[in-house]
Parts: sequence; C-alpha cells; structure tokens
Amino acid sequence: MSLNFPRKFFAFSLQADVKRPALGLADFTIGLGVLTLLYVVSRVGAESFVKFSPPDIIPSVGLDPRNLPNYAARSTLRMFVALGFSTLFTFVYGYTAARSKRAERVLVPLLDILQSVPVLGFLSVTVTAFIALFRGSLLGLEAASIFAIFTGQAWNMAFSLYQSLRSVPSELDEMATLYRLSAWERFTRLELPASVIGLVWNGMMSFGGGWFFLAASEAISVLNRQYTLPGIGSYVAAAIAAKDLKALGWAIVTMIVLILVIDQLFWKPLVTVADRYKLELSAGEERRFWLVDLWRSASLPRYAERLIEPLLHKCDRMLSRATAVPSTTQQGRVSKKGDIVYNAVLILVTAGLLFAAVRFVLTEVGIGEVGHAATLGLLTLARVFALLIFSTLVWTPVGVAIGFSPKLARISQPIVQILASFPANFLFPFATLGFIKLGLSLNWGSMLLMALGAQWYLLFNVIGGAQSIPNDLREMAASIGLRRSREWRALIGPGIFGSWVTGAITASGGAWNASIVSELVSWGDTTLKANGLGAYIAEATAKGDWPRIALGVGLMSIFVVTLNRLVWRPLYDMAENKYRLG
Amino acid sequence: MAEQVAKSFPLPAGGEQTVLEEVTVNILPGEVVALLGRSGSGKSTLLRILAGLIQPSRGRVLMNGVPLEGPNAEVAMVFQSFALLPWLTVQENAELGLFARGVSKEAAEKEATLALSMVGLEGFEGAYPKELSGGMRQRVGFARAFVMKPDVLMMDEPFSALDVLTAENLRGEISDLWERGVFPAKSILIVTHNIEEAVLLADRIVILGTNPGCIRGEVKVDIPRPRDKKGARFVALVDYIYTVMTNPNAPVGELPARKDSERFPMLPHARVGGISGLLEIVNDRGGREDLPKLADSVRLEVDDLLPAVDASVLLGLAEVAHGDVTITDAGREFATAGVHRSHEIFKEQFLSHVPFVTSVIQALSQKKDGRIGKDFLLNILDEHFSASEAERQFETLVDWGRYAHLFEYDADEERLYRPEEESLHEPSER
Repeated sequence: MSLNFPRKFFAFSLQADVKRPALGLADFTIGLGVLTLLYVVSRVGAESFVKFSPPDIIPSVGLDPRNLPNYAARSTLRMFVALGFSTLFTFVYGYTAARSKRAERVLVPLLDILQSVPVLGFLSVTVTAFIALFRGSLLGLEAASIFAIFTGQAWNMAFSLYQSLRSVPSELDEMATLYRLSAWERFTRLELPASVIGLVWNGMMSFGGGWFFLAASEAISVLNRQYTLPGIGSYVAAAIAAKDLKALGWAIVTMIVLILVIDQLFWKPLVTVADRYKLELSAGEERRFWLVDLWRSASLPRYAERLIEPLLHKCDRMLSRATAVPSTTQQGRVSKKGDIVYNAVLILVTAGLLFAAVRFVLTEVGIGEVGHAATLGLLTLARVFALLIFSTLVWTPVGVAIGFSPKLARISQPIVQILASFPANFLFPFATLGFIKLGLSLNWGSMLLMALGAQWYLLFNVIGGAQSIPNDLREMAASIGLRRSREWRALIGPGIFGSWVTGAITASGGAWNASIVSELVSWGDTTLKANGLGAYIAEATAKGDWPRIALGVGLMSIFVVTLNRLVWRPLYDMAENKYRLG
Repeated sequence: MAEQVAKSFPLPAGGEQTVLEEVTVNILPGEVVALLGRSGSGKSTLLRILAGLIQPSRGRVLMNGVPLEGPNAEVAMVFQSFALLPWLTVQENAELGLFARGVSKEAAEKEATLALSMVGLEGFEGAYPKELSGGMRQRVGFARAFVMKPDVLMMDEPFSALDVLTAENLRGEISDLWERGVFPAKSILIVTHNIEEAVLLADRIVILGTNPGCIRGEVKVDIPRPRDKKGARFVALVDYIYTVMTNPNAPVGELPARKDSERFPMLPHARVGGISGLLEIVNDRGGREDLPKLADSVRLEVDDLLPAVDASVLLGLAEVAHGDVTITDAGREFATAGVHRSHEIFKEQFLSHVPFVTSVIQALSQKKDGRIGKDFLLNILDEHFSASEAERQFETLVDWGRYAHLFEYDADEERLYRPEEESLHEPSER
C-alpha cells in the first residue's frame, strides 16, 4: 500500500515546489508530528513487555483521570496493531480467494461463516491460549485483546478486497495479460489501486467497530479470574466496579477526543488520497483535506523521497523480474482428476467436522442442553428483531428528514459517524444505573443496550439513501400533489429500501455480538441478567465452561447464518433488482 | 494463422452453446484485415482467441508457424473501453508494456515519448487519463500498443466508444499512418460492426455470421488508398456489404445451410417502439429506402438499426433486398393505423410468423390458473440459446407479447399470465 500512495503525494509536492522556500512552517509541523508519534509509540509499546504472571503480578488500573492519556495511547496502539494484522491477513486471504478457483470454493463460504461468529464469545478461548503462549509477559493479554479487535475487522476487509479484485473490469485484466505485466506489476499497478477505495472505507468502518471489542476485551473475567489490561476499556471497567461516575465521564470525553483525532490524522487523509484511485475516468472535483495539503506543501517529504526513490525503483524492478510471467505458459486446462481429488477431500473434511460436532453435542452437553440454549437463542432473536423494528420506526423519519435537507446532513453526518464508532459499552453503566433505579428488568433493558450501538448504522444508511433519491422525483411527487403518506409509500420507502437493508444487516450483526455484553451487566456489585443466548455465553465464559461456550457460540453462529440466508439475502436481492434507482 | 478454431461454452440446460464454429483465418504481414459482424457473431471471441487470451475449444492458433500457448507475445491490442489505468499518467500508461519486457527506464521513456508524439499527444505526458477527452484517451491506448512494435496490432471496436466526429478524425489519422508506411506494426486486425470503417481501413473484410459465429465469406477491398468515402467504388462496396449483412442467407462465397429449427427463429432484440418507428420512417419516404442512407439519416450505427430491420422482416412487415428495405402491405397498415388497430396487426403478424409464441399461448390456456413461470420458458429456450441469450430472447418475447396483448408478465412473481380484459371483453366483441 505504501509504495503507491507516496508516489502520488510526491508528484504533487514537486509541482508546488517552485515557489516555496527550502524549509517552511509546514516542514516544522510535519517533522514535529512525526517525532512525537515515534516517541509515543516506542514509549507505549515498551509498556507491553512488563512482567505479568497471574495470579501474583497483575497490572492495575488507576482511576485518576491523569492516567487517561497514557491508557488511551495504549488502547490506540492496540487498535493500530490489529489494523496492521487485519490488512496483512486481508491481502493474503482476499488475494488467494480471488486468484485461485479452488481456494475460492473454500475461502469465500468460510469467510461468510467467520463473519457470523460472535467475536466476544471467543474471548475466553483466546485469552487462555495467548496467556499460555507468552508466559510471564503482559504480551499474552495484549495479543488476546489485539486478536479480538482483529477478528472484528479482518473478515469485512478481506471480503471487500476479494470483491474488488473480482470486479476489476475485464478489458483491464486482458490488457495486463496481453502486455505481460508481472504478478508484482499487476498487483501494484492494477489490482491494489483498483481495490484501495473499498479497502480504506471498509477499514475505516471496521476500525470504528473495533473500539467496541477493544473495550470488551481489555477487562474480562475468564475461569473465575479477572484479567485487566491497562487501557481505556479497562479504565471504564474499573470505574464501573468502583461506581465512579466522574471517572466514567472522563473516559467518555477521552474516547470522543480519540475518535476525532484519529479520524483527522489518519482516516480522512487516507480517504482523501484513496479517492484518486477511482476507476471511472470522469473528471470530478478533487477531494481536499488540510493534512494532505500540509503534507504536499512541505518539502521534507520530498527530500525523503529523493533519497529513497532510486531504492524503491530498484526494488520495484527486482520484484517485477522475480514474478515475471514465463514466456510460454501452460494455461488454463485445469486437470479434472485434481478437481475430483480436491472435491473428495473437501467432502471428507466437512463430513468429519459435522460428525465431530454431533458427537460433541451428544457426549459433552446432551440434547436437552442444546434445546435449552436454542430457546434462549430464540429469545435473543426476538430482541434483535424488536430492536430493529423499533430503531427503524424511530430513525427512518429522522434519517429521511436529515437526508432531504443538505444543511442538516452536512452538520449531522459527522456526528452520526462518530456515534457509530463510539463504543456503546462505555454508555452501558449509565443505562444499567437507570435500570436499577427504575427497577426495569434487563429482559427489556438489554434491548436498549443492544440498540445503543446498532441503531446508528440504520440511521446513517437511511440518511445516505434519502440523499440518493433524485431531486426530480421529489419535485414530481410535489407537483402531482402526493400526500405525505402516499409519498412515503410510492417514493421514499422504495427509494431508501436498499440502504435500509444494508444498514439493517450491519445493525443485526452488531446486535448479536452486543447481546453477549448486554444481557449480563453489572454496576458495582449489583448484577443484572436477561434470559438469552448472549447471557448464556457470557456466563459460560466467566465460569470457563468450555462445552457450553462452544455450544453457545456455535448456536449463535448458526442463528446468524440462517438469518442471513433466510431474511437478509432475499431482501438484499430484492433491493438490488427491484428498488434500484438509476 | 488460426486453423479450424471453434469455441463453445457449456449451456445451463446441459450440452453446449457454440459461439464460434470451425473458423479459419489467416493474417499475412503487411495487410489490414477487418472482422465484420453483428453482435453475437463471436467476432470479439475470435479476436481474443487469436490474441491468446481465450483458449479455443477445438483447433489451434499458429503464430509465425508455431502453435500458440498462452497470451500472444507478438500482439498488442487497442480496447473498446481504452483500458487505461486512471492512476497512472499518460506517459506511465504508454510505458506499461515495456517495463514488463525489462526495458530500461531511459529507453522506455524515449520509446513512449516517440509513440505519444506519433498520436499527437506531445505535451500531455504528465496528464492523467481523466483530464483527457475520449478521443485523446484512445490515442493513449494506441501509443501503448505502438511502443510494443507488435507483429499484429489488434483493435477491438476501437472507435465505437467515441462520438461520431472524434471517431471519424482518429480513424482518418490511423489510416493515414498506415498509408504513409510508418505504422509501427506489420499487420492490423480490426474487429468492427461499422461497414464504412471496415471498407475504409481494410484490405480484406471477413464477414461473420451469427448463431453460431462462422465465416460467411470474404470481401477483398482493392480500392486504392487514400480512399474517398464518396467515390463510386467505395459507395458500391458499402452498399453490397449492407445487402449481405441484412440478408443472412445471401451467399458471400458458400454458406452452410442454417441448422436452426424453424420453431425457434432467433428473435432480433428490437423493442416494438423501435420497429414501429422504423416502419413509420420508411413509410414516410415512400415505402422504400436505402439502408445506409436510412442509418445515416437517423444517426444510428448498423448494430442499432439492424435488429429493428430484422424484426420487421421476421414479422412480415418489411422486406429487404439489395440493401434496400421495402415496407409490406401489413407493414404499411401497421405504420399508419391507430393505436388499437396497430396492436391487432402486430398480434396477427406475431402469431403467424413466430410459431413458438403459439405454443406459449397454448401452454397458458392449458394451465388451470392461466399462468406460467419464467423458468419454464427459460428451460425451453436454454436448449437452443446460451443463458444470456435465452434471457434476452425472453425479454423480447415479453415485450412483443405485451404489445400484442397476448399475455401479461408479472416481474415480481416472474410469471406470464393471460390478460384479463381479453377474456372479459371477447364475448361482447363477437
């Protein structure tokens, strides 16, 4: 990724170069920024290597707000390390799936399933495994937390890359073949640029979702033991245990600042730069962003580029030669025999897994337990549906009103985006406190908790959908005097349907995941519990009851996959075929 | 160069769809060959087989006497959609193929600059494709092909994505380069559906037939260059090829007998609106019109005009002979009748000329609920056409059937059903 981005950066800075003094304010700012970043990263990174050997030495979290910057930095570092791994995984997985027909048959359905597995249900497994792996170092807990964030990001991103690679226009593909681009050249000149926009947007969304998993994974009790990893998530957990509302407030402020800063310094610049890699050739307005402009007006990056350019060029040519297409290729003609063997192995493995699953259920937990957990699953399912219906009723009119008014949209869209990436679990304590005061059962309350995170996806997709309804159609509706109710049925409803489905799919996925932390909450030493599959998994995790964890997570995955197949996929197809505007 | 090449794709209903049947073409050094055919003639498929981008199902391709394996290294291609990388500059796009050949940076720059100046793009080296107009983009496409100095330069409808004037201009420049003997390729193979373009550029025109694609024959173009589009021989040749193209059974050399079963003539993909529009124009001009003139006056490419012509012929509303289209009595009545009457005429012609539709109506009346699913019809069509063609056949059938009030179609349920008015009104009309 880095190889192609700076090239365009520099191409522009060269043009601006003529009029500028050798070193300016921009250089000072950028230099200072880079040095600060390096210092913080090395300092915070070193803290991960402190000694940790439970149960004797466990890092503690102090509730003094002055600790917060440090905690926030450590959490942020975790997020970025996870993002790095997700990107790496994405390239390997997505690329393999798109390039090899055989791999595709396994990898794509597998991705579909992995996307449906509730990440939080796995925390117990991974925490135990990673602690054993890095014995005596805090790195084990770090790794477990990073892994939790990773699993929340990687599947989405890999899928996005796979889809971008598959939808490279066929003539461009033929061009690359006919002009014999090496595999390296094909990747850097064609495939990576063609998929970078999707990847950046997906990365940004997944990163936003990652805060939720970060908060949940920094403080977790596994096998009746509380593990704490210093960070903003564990700070919140400590505040809850100490019933410290003020500390909670500080944490929320810090979180908002963090989201804003990362958006300004990282994602906005990336999105701005990625925008150049649009496939369509239509000349449009170029995106601008202050940090990108600052970078382009500075001369330091240009000096650096002049230093490394020859080296980059040499690397480029070397990699290109190493991956050159052989002059005569034995093409295509996939051997039938190989296919049969491959299929046979696939069937055997699948059958083996099925057998193991059935055996596990019968011997470890018994049919009765499966029935019990499935009933709880239905309860959670009902909650997910109820919250979707409720959120739709509340947010659709609001979203449409915002979408129809350009002024409102300009103001509110960044706010909604921040709300969507704000980890809802930071707000849980306030809600929990409310439930306790009002004596409201969590059976109802958990719906609200799940909605806290999930509803925003619905809102901002509806806003987007309303914005995409052509003005002509709205004027038509006004000119023929459609009444409000008719206009909704004939124009607005169908017009936003597609976006609503997209939003609902994301919201539903988020709600399932959130059920694990929403159906079992506590304030101080008061614990509230709802009947549902999420609470079932959370309880099993706390007790370290492996068979029940596996059963709960497995069942939840099955629920999500089935829901996707039976409800969301058909709705999505319908939106694509019937209600597409333009 | 290509020997007995055939290509088929598997059909969804089992069996396979033959896209190209036993085709042999030969391209000699120093000549310009045009592959002329309508959509569905497999001309682009043939081009890609020759370029080594697609493997033929049978037969082989020889390049300079050696059987081809994988992409043809002696070939460069100019694409219909330009196939430029938007994030690379004009210069970088032009150099693309050279780096892959291991040419040094300096040498590549020199070559690219030379090629760019040949197509009139000096001074645009640092521009990005999106800053250029369509015509200039295709010039970059040509420059990228030129730097390769290929044995054969292949062009896949290179001018069809450009507007009329730009295409005319660029076409002229390319033929000019060829005539001056500075063209950086030994031969040219151009795929086109534009008859004038083929006559202007080619030494030899290979005319392809449709369904399945096959070679109907070859026309030698021995008009001296530079060619005058208004010259008598030029006009005569264009007219002749129009005649051949509008009449699938006219001999261009020898033709194999058509194998299509009579019940399944391929419905040309024309909307009823297009058919009636065409007939109205022809009727206004005295019931007879020269096809090239007609195409010119309505500013349409042949490919866009021919389906409507074919459909009129199939339905017995018009006849085509010697490059002229003549309206029949039924056609005249159809073109002049009021809305209600024209629906009826269309219905009569549809029923009497397309036997398949009668079977559809029968099937509808035999079903108790008077409905049949799209799947049912697609299954039948799949046996005769490829999946995408079957889908198009179905769309055309529905369009025509709706116009003729023979049946209605519910796109949500994907079912055909009998129109209700008919069963209600029929008794009172009788």
